[in-house]
Amino acid sequence: MSSAAVPTPSRLAGLPRWVAPAGVAVLFVAAYLVFRGTATLPHDKEAPQFLAVTELREWIDDHRNDNPLFLYFLNYIRLFVGSLYDLFETVLYGLGWPGITGIMGALAWLAGGWRIALLAVGGVSAFGVLGLWGSSVDTLALVAVAVLLSLAIGIPVGVWAGLSGRARRAITPVLDVMQIMPTFAYLAPLALFFHIGAPAGAIATMIYSIPPAIRITALAVSEVSPTAVEASASLGATRRQTLFKVYLPLARSTIALAINQTIMMALSMVVIANLISAPGLGGDIIRGLSRAQVGIMLPAGIAVVVMAVVLDRMMMALARRDPHAKLRRTDLAAAGVLAAAGLALIPVLPKVWPESLTINMVAEVNDAVHWAETNWYAVTTWIKDTTSHLLLNPLESLLTTAPWWLVALAVLAVAWRVSGARPALVALGCLLAIALLGVWEHTMQTMTTVAVAVLVTLVIGLLLGVAAARSPRWSAVQRPLLDAAQTMPAFVYLLPALALFGTTRFTAIFASVIYAVPPVVRLVEDGIKAVPATVVEAAASAGSTPGQLLWKVQLPMARQAILLAANQGIVMTLAMVVVGGLVGAGALGYDVVTGFSQRTDFGMGFVAGIATVLLGVMLDRITQGADRRPSPRKRKFT
Amino acid sequence: MGVSPDNAAITVAGLWKIFGSKAQKVLDSEDRHLDPAALREKTGCTAAVRDVSFEVRPGEVFVVMGLSGSGKSTLVRCLTRLIEPTAGEIRIGGEDIRAASPARLREIRRHQVSMVFQHFGLLPHRKVIDNVAYGLEIQGTPKPARHARAAEILSLVGLDGYADAYPDQLSGGMQQRVGLARALAVEPEVMLFDEPFSALDPLIRRDMQAEVVRLHREVGKTMVFITHDLSEALKLGERIAIMRAGAIVQLGTAEELVGAPADDYVADFVRDVPRSHVLTLRWISRDPEPGESLDGPELPAGTLIKDALGAASASSRPIKVVDGGELVGVVDRVDLLAFLSGQAAA
Repeated sequence: MSSAAVPTPSRLAGLPRWVAPAGVAVLFVAAYLVFRGTATLPHDKEAPQFLAVTELREWIDDHRNDNPLFLYFLNYIRLFVGSLYDLFETVLYGLGWPGITGIMGALAWLAGGWRIALLAVGGVSAFGVLGLWGSSVDTLALVAVAVLLSLAIGIPVGVWAGLSGRARRAITPVLDVMQIMPTFAYLAPLALFFHIGAPAGAIATMIYSIPPAIRITALAVSEVSPTAVEASASLGATRRQTLFKVYLPLARSTIALAINQTIMMALSMVVIANLISAPGLGGDIIRGLSRAQVGIMLPAGIAVVVMAVVLDRMMMALARRDPHAKLRRTDLAAAGVLAAAGLALIPVLPKVWPESLTINMVAEVNDAVHWAETNWYAVTTWIKDTTSHLLLNPLESLLTTAPWWLVALAVLAVAWRVSGARPALVALGCLLAIALLGVWEHTMQTMTTVAVAVLVTLVIGLLLGVAAARSPRWSAVQRPLLDAAQTMPAFVYLLPALALFGTTRFTAIFASVIYAVPPVVRLVEDGIKAVPATVVEAAASAGSTPGQLLWKVQLPMARQAILLAANQGIVMTLAMVVVGGLVGAGALGYDVVTGFSQRTDFGMGFVAGIATVLLGVMLDRITQGADRRPSPRKRKFT
Repeated sequence: MGVSPDNAAITVAGLWKIFGSKAQKVLDSEDRHLDPAALREKTGCTAAVRDVSFEVRPGEVFVVMGLSGSGKSTLVRCLTRLIEPTAGEIRIGGEDIRAASPARLREIRRHQVSMVFQHFGLLPHRKVIDNVAYGLEIQGTPKPARHARAAEILSLVGLDGYADAYPDQLSGGMQQRVGLARALAVEPEVMLFDEPFSALDPLIRRDMQAEVVRLHREVGKTMVFITHDLSEALKLGERIAIMRAGAIVQLGTAEELVGAPADDYVADFVRDVPRSHVLTLRWISRDPEPGESLDGPELPAGTLIKDALGAASASSRPIKVVDGGELVGVVDRVDLLAFLSGQAAA
C-alpha cells in the first residue's frame, strides 16, 4: 500500500471507505433507541387472518364432495395416487419379507455385484430386527409411489428443459422457489386440497423431490456433446431418433444421479409427511420427537438411514458402472437365484418378521439418554445458557422491540447493498407480506434462531473447509463423513440434538448446524481448491507465507464460492429451524405443528407455513448476489 | 468456370447467414454492408456468411479456407441447413435445398450428403461398428445388412479389427477414421468436411490427408473441405475459396491464388508458400528473345517449377514451354534462379 492513496472520483475526498456503511449503521442504532417499543406487531393467536383460513378449511371440508373442482379434479388425483399406493403396499406385503429381501438382493446384485447385494439383504433384514417391519414397508411403498410419480413428471420435463432454452428459463424460477421452500410449508395447503393420509403424503413428497429430478436431468441433457447431436442430425436422424439414440444414452449416468437425488429427497420428506397422517416410519419419529423420547425415535431413525444408504449405494453403483461392460452371466445367475429363493420362500416363511427375532431397545436408549443428560448437564447447560444470553436473547429482543418499519428499512438497505435493487425490493415485499399476515413477532423469533445458527454454521464450515483445502490428509478423513452426512434425511439430526439438549430453542440450532455444515464445508473446500494452481504458485514464488496465501489469495478468490455457501447455509438452516418447532424451537415451526394437531389453529399453522416460505425467499434474496452465475455459454461456430 | 448450374454438384448463390433476433431486418437494410464488428455494435447481430456464391463440380474437391471466425463452418452447415440460412439459394444435385420440407431434407441428409466433424461427434456409448452403422440404422436398414456394410467401410479406412472397440479406446486419428467411415457408409454423393483434421497431431494429419486423397481417387465423391490450414488446402483442393469476415475474397486454383492474389489479405496468406511447389512454368515463361536458340528441352506448361529444375540443370539452353504442342514461351536458368530468389513477381 502506498501512503499517497490515489483519490477515486466516486468517493468523497479524504473519507475512508467504511465511513458510509458505518454512518448508516449509526443512524439505525439511533433510530432504534428513539423508537424502541413503538410500532411493534405482537403475536395474536386469534388474528382475523388466521380465523379466515380456519373458516376456509371448514368450508372445504364441508364441500369436499360437492364442489366441482374437488369432485372432478382434485379427488381423482387423490384417488389415483391412493390406489397406486395401495397397489404397492399390497404387492410388498404379498411378497413378505422373504420376497422383498430376495428381490432387493437380486436388484442390488445386478446394480453393483455381491457387496451391494449383501448390503441390501442386510439392510432389509435390519428393518425386521429393529421391530419396524410394517412401518418400513409402508415407507418403502410411499417412497416408491412418490419417486415413480416424480420421475414420470420430472424426467420428461427435465429433458424438455435441457433441449429448449426457453423452457429452461421458464422452469428455473419455479424450481428455485420450490427448493428454498421449507418442507413444512407444503403440508398445510396439501392437507387443504388433498385431505390427509397416504395420498396427500405421497403428493407432498413428490413436490419436494421433483426439483432435483428436473434440474439434474436438464443438466445431463444440455451437457450432451453438441457435435454428436449435430452429427446425428447431419445423417438425417429425426428429433425422436436423436433423442433416443444420442441424448438419452449419453445422459444416462447423470440421469441415474438425478434418480438417486430424487430418492434421497423423498426419503427425508416421507417422514415429515407423517404430520398429515402419511403412514410409515415417520409416525415413530414424530412421536418420539414430540414426546422427547429418543428411545422411540432412534430405531425408526436408524431404519430410515439404512433405507437411504441401501438405495443410495444401489443407485450410485448403477450410475458408476462402466457403460461398456455387459452384465456377466454369473451375475445374472446369482441375481436370479436370489430372487427365486426369495419368492420360493414366501409360502414357507412367515410374511411378517417374527417377533422373536426383533431387538427392542426403547428402554435402554432412553436410559442412556437420561444418563447423558444428567452427567453432561453442566456442559450442555453451559453451552445452551451462554448462547442464549450472549446471542439469542439480545438479538431476539432487538428484533421484536424494534418498530417494524425500521426492520424493513434495515432489510432493504442490507439486501440492496449485497444483491442489488431488484432482490432488495423482493425481500422488502416478502417482509411486508409477513407483517400483513399477522405473524411478525414469531417470524422475528425464527429469524433470530436462523441468524445464530447460520453464524455458527459459517464459522465451523469455514474452519473445516479451509482445513480440508489446505491438508489433503484432513480432506481424506473428512470427505466420507460429509458424504454420509449428506445422504442422511434431515430430521435425523434432531436425534442427537434432542438427546443432548432436550426440548429447547438450542436443539433446533444444534440440529440445523450439523445439517447445514457439510454442504458449506464442501463448497468452501471446492472454492479454495478451484483457485488456479498457477496463481497459488505465483504467490508462493513471491514469498507469501501460508497465512498470507490464505488471506490475500485463496479466500478472496474463493469469495464467490464462500458467499454461495452462506446462501445455501441460510436456506438449509431455515428449513431445519422450522422443523425444530417439533422439539421446542417455538415460533413459526411450532405454529405449523400446532396447526396440524389442533383443528382450531389450522389457520395459524397455514399462515405460519406461508410466512416461512416468505422468510426463506427473503433471506435467499438478501444473500442472492453471491449466487449470480455467469450467463449460459452460447454456441458459436468458427 | 464454365459449369452450368444444371450439372454442378452444388450451387450456392447469394447466401447470407446473420445470427441474431433482427437478422431479417439487417438483411433488408443497408446495414448488411457494414463490417462485422460495426454491425454487431449497431444491431447486436453477427453476419457469419455474407453474400457467398460458388459452384462445385461433380467429383471435385472444393476447399473453403479461412481463419477462425471467418464464417466457413457456418457456411458448410448452411449447405444442409444444419444452420438455417437467412437468404440465398442452395442447390445440391439440382435440387433446391432451401425449399425442401423437413422430411425431404432428412432424406437428403440420409442419402445424398454426409459430413465429417472437427471433434468427430462419435457416440461414446456405441461400439465402433455401431457408430459407423448409425446412419444406416436411422434409415431403418436391418442389423445384418448395416453391419456388413459397416465392416466393409471399416476395412476401406484401415480399421480392420476395431469393430468391437469403443471410441474412447482409439487414438484421435483412428477416431476420425471412424467419423470418416460413418460418413462414407451411407454412400453419399457429396461429403462435407468441417476442419476434420485440425484436432490431430501434425504427423497423423498428414496421414489422414493422404487418406482423403486416396479415398477421393477410389470412391470419387464430390467433397467440400473446410480448413484453416493453407498447406492442407493447397494439398487437397482442386479449387480453393478463401473466406474473410463471412465473404469469399478469392476463388481459384492453388496456382491462381499464389500467382495472382486478389488482395493484400490473400497475398499475406500465401506469402510463405514455396511458390515453386505451386506455380507452373506458364507463370514465368516469356517470349523468346531474338536470336535465342530454340532447341532446348521441351516441357508442358503445367509442369511445376520445382520439377523443371532437373531439366534446366541438365541443359544450358532455354527450356521450351509448350501447351498442346504449341510453343507458349521459354524459360532459361536465369529466369528460374531469379524466380527462386524471389525477385520475379508473377
